[in-house]
Formats: sequence, structure tokens, C-alpha cells
Amino acid sequence: MNDIIAPLAKTGFIDPEINLAFAALIGFGFGFFLERAGFGSAKKLTDQWFGSDWSVFRVMFTGIVVAMLGILTLDEMGIMPFENLYLNQTFLAPQALGGILMGVGFVIGGYCPGTSFVGLASGKLDAIFYIFGLSLGVIVFAEVWDFIAPFLQIGAMGRVTLFGFFGTSPWVIAGIVVMIAIGGTKFANWFEAKQKG
Amino acid sequence: MTDEAQSRKPYWPNLAAGIGLGLVLLATYYVAGRGLGGSGAVARATAGALHQVMPGHIEEVSYFSRYFVDGQIKWSDWLIFQTIGVFLGGFFASLTAGRFGASVDKGPQISRKERFYHAMLGGGIMGLGARIAKGCTSGQGLSGGATLALGSWVFLLCLFIGGFVAAIFFRRLWR
Repeated sequence: MNDIIAPLAKTGFIDPEINLAFAALIGFGFGFFLERAGFGSAKKLTDQWFGSDWSVFRVMFTGIVVAMLGILTLDEMGIMPFENLYLNQTFLAPQALGGILMGVGFVIGGYCPGTSFVGLASGKLDAIFYIFGLSLGVIVFAEVWDFIAPFLQIGAMGRVTLFGFFGTSPWVIAGIVVMIAIGGTKFANWFEAKQKG
Repeated sequence: MTDEAQSRKPYWPNLAAGIGLGLVLLATYYVAGRGLGGSGAVARATAGALHQVMPGHIEEVSYFSRYFVDGQIKWSDWLIFQTIGVFLGGFFASLTAGRFGASVDKGPQISRKERFYHAMLGGGIMGLGARIAKGCTSGQGLSGGATLALGSWVFLLCLFIGGFVAAIFFRRLWR
């Protein structure tokens, strides 16, 4: 039990104020790497959807794989129990519809919410309009929330992981995710080469 | 080639940027026990800004009540600080790479005005979509993906389907 040291903010290792300072620091790193990946550019981001540049897929899945392996390893070592981490609850219908809307909005708007701040920070004027649009979307959602609340519960399953759902070890799922990342990258490289002719 | 183009450094390889991003995400869980978010701060800031203009109405909107403590918007929030950090990190990175400068990203076939209109429209669709899904590409995609949340992988799949299908219909915007 004494081995459990993370998450630092939950085990009392750091105060809430320090946690907020870390939030800014972590955000800085997030913004930095997004920019270095080229994701401050809507042109670079949307190339993903036309198949000519699969950087969004490759960077995203590399990030997912690195963080996933770290999280599972720290859990295995007893340093950071998985149960103590915040996990997105599953709401099948809203997550499916929200995902499709995000994909469509990405193509039309050129950014996603996180990258739009990197675009803004890089001087992209279109990012200002995008962020203003985000706000409008939030307002529309909040105003109709009382009416659509029942829909938002369709497929509610609570805190459920892929390994819990399939009744297998997290490492089996992790292996599959790694294979999706590698296989997807191979496909992406082939597709890019084919498009260039 | 102009001087400006020469001073612009190339983007990092996908693998390097992805590993950096993954380590930041891992640090987020290690420190805060939660994931990254892209859209949460926008929702909170929107509620806060509107509360300045029309406090009576905003206090009646039940969805926004989560952002208030004792009738005041709670600004000292993890995602607010994180998002300020994202902006500063992006600013520092673009500056040091010689990429900072006022510009508009758009396809060759549309005007700036058309681009601004579509940026706002797309932003609106994503602002709505992110609230419906309870998270965006960062909160559901990256964070939920790395923690192997079932619903987040449904989200990821639908995000890529939505993007690839929409690209067929909105080709003119970017090509």
C-alpha cells in the first residue's frame, strides 16, 4: 500500500495549487509537441482526411501506445493503480454520434479543439473563427441539453474498459492496440506512396 | 526560396512528436490522475463569459450549473490552466521553429472569407459534438484511447469514419 505514490494529486503528494501549476506545465508540453508535429496548421491536419498525409493517425496512435504502455506498467508495478485513474465512462450512442460530428467538423473547420489553440498561438487567423465556433457549439448544446438529456444516456455502461468488456488481460488488448498502430502505419505509408504515384 | 522559408524549421518526424505527446499524456495521469482535454476549458470559459453579460439566463441553463460554485464561475480549474499552457507551448514552439506569423490556412479554391465562415461552422459542429461525446479528440481520443475505455474507442472509430466520409463531400475546401 505504501508503494502507491501516483497519481500525485490524489495520494496527497502534491497540493491542489501545485496540481494547477502542473496543469499549465503539462499543457505547455502538449502544445509544444502538437506544434512540432505540424498540428498548428489546418492544411497539415486536414491532409489526413484526403489521405495524402497520415501524420494525425501516426502521431495520435504513437501517443496512445506510449501512454498506454506506461500506464499499464505503472499499474503492474503497484505505483499507480489503474482503478485510481479517471476513466471516461461509456455512453455508446452519444460517443458514436459525437465522434462522427467531430470527424465532419474537423474536415469543415480544419482543426480540432486542442490544435486550434496551437493554430491561434502560431498566428492563424482562421483559428480565431474556429474557437468562436466552438463556443457557439457549446451554447447550442447547453441550451438544448434538457431536451436531449435522455438521448445522452443511450448505451450508458458506466466505467468499462476494453479488457473488462472482453474479459481478458489489459496486456492482450495493449498488444492488439500496438498491432493496430503498426498495421495502420504500414497501411498509411503505403497509401501515401501510392497517392504520390 | 525566400529568407523566411529558409529560417522555417521542418516538422518533427511523426514518431518523435508522438513519443513526446505520449510522455506528456502519461505525466498527466501520473500527476493528476486524469487525461488531457481540448474542449473543456472552452465550455467553461463560454459559460463564464456569458455569465458576465446575462447572469440571470446563464444561471437558469442547467448544463452550465456544473461550472459554478456559490454563484460564481470557478476559473481555477485544471483544464483552464492546461489550455493556457497549450497556447503558451504552441506559441513558444512556433516562434522557435520560425513558423510564427499572421496567416490563414485554406485551400486554393476558396476565399479567406469562405475559410473564416467554414472555420466557424466546423468549430460549431465540433463544439456541439465534443459536448455530446463528453470529450473531444484529446479527452476521448487520446486520453480515453490510452486508458482503453470502451466508449472512447467507439468514439475514435466514428471520428475517423466521419472524417474520411466528410472529406468526399467537402473536397473543395482544401484541394
